[in-house]
Amino acid sequence: MRVRFTESAIDTQSARRELLDLGAGGYVSFEGWVRDHNEGLEVTRLEYEAFQELGEKEGERIIVEALLRFPVKHALCIHRLGSLALSDMAVWVGVSSAHRGEAFDACRFIIDEVKHRLPIWKKEHYRSGDSGWVNCERCAAAPAHSHTHEHA
Amino acid sequence: MQLKIQYYALMREQAGRSEETLDTSATTPTDLYGELVARYGFTLSREQLKVAVNGEFSDWSRPLAPGDAVVFIPPVAGG
Repeated sequence: MRVRFTESAIDTQSARRELLDLGAGGYVSFEGWVRDHNEGLEVTRLEYEAFQELGEKEGERIIVEALLRFPVKHALCIHRLGSLALSDMAVWVGVSSAHRGEAFDACRFIIDEVKHRLPIWKKEHYRSGDSGWVNCERCAAAPAHSHTHEHA
Repeated sequence: MQLKIQYYALMREQAGRSEETLDTSATTPTDLYGELVARYGFTLSREQLKVAVNGEFSDWSRPLAPGDAVVFIPPVAGG
């Protein structure tokens, strides 16, 4: 599987080795980190959970799409699950290719699709002691209100 | 018929369980979600969810068969 889930810290060195290719001139990676604020609230930690069976299948489809759209060598994504502290790495994407341009493009494509399509949920814990499932609770509380803000 | 249902995230908390086997007269995911809203008071509307049957995304009108595994998918937030 080229999209994986892990309950422990993401091992980027070992993931990077899987992208090595004699025809590759380099690789691009993206790391998503836990940040201390979201939509005006102070975040103290996060919890992630996923429907892994479907997430791996849909993730593999994203990788296949990326390899069809961009002439890259290899691509891989690892998403962390469980409880994460500030600055922990939540997600890693790596792409190797002959030339840098398509590696940047494919990496961007994969992280964007992962965020929109994989069945992964994030619960934020706030400084106030409150907590909430991102994209679920405030939207659910005001269903008539049309949301145009961007979820980061 | 009996269906196996898994709950995630906000829905897991609102249902107070992560999975169950349920006897239901619902014949589609739409009917089933209606039953579960009545039972657990889920706050997400059907329009906010996707649904998976037997590990794959599904139509809301797909006929359900005994033993099917159904998962409702709240708005996602990976990354």
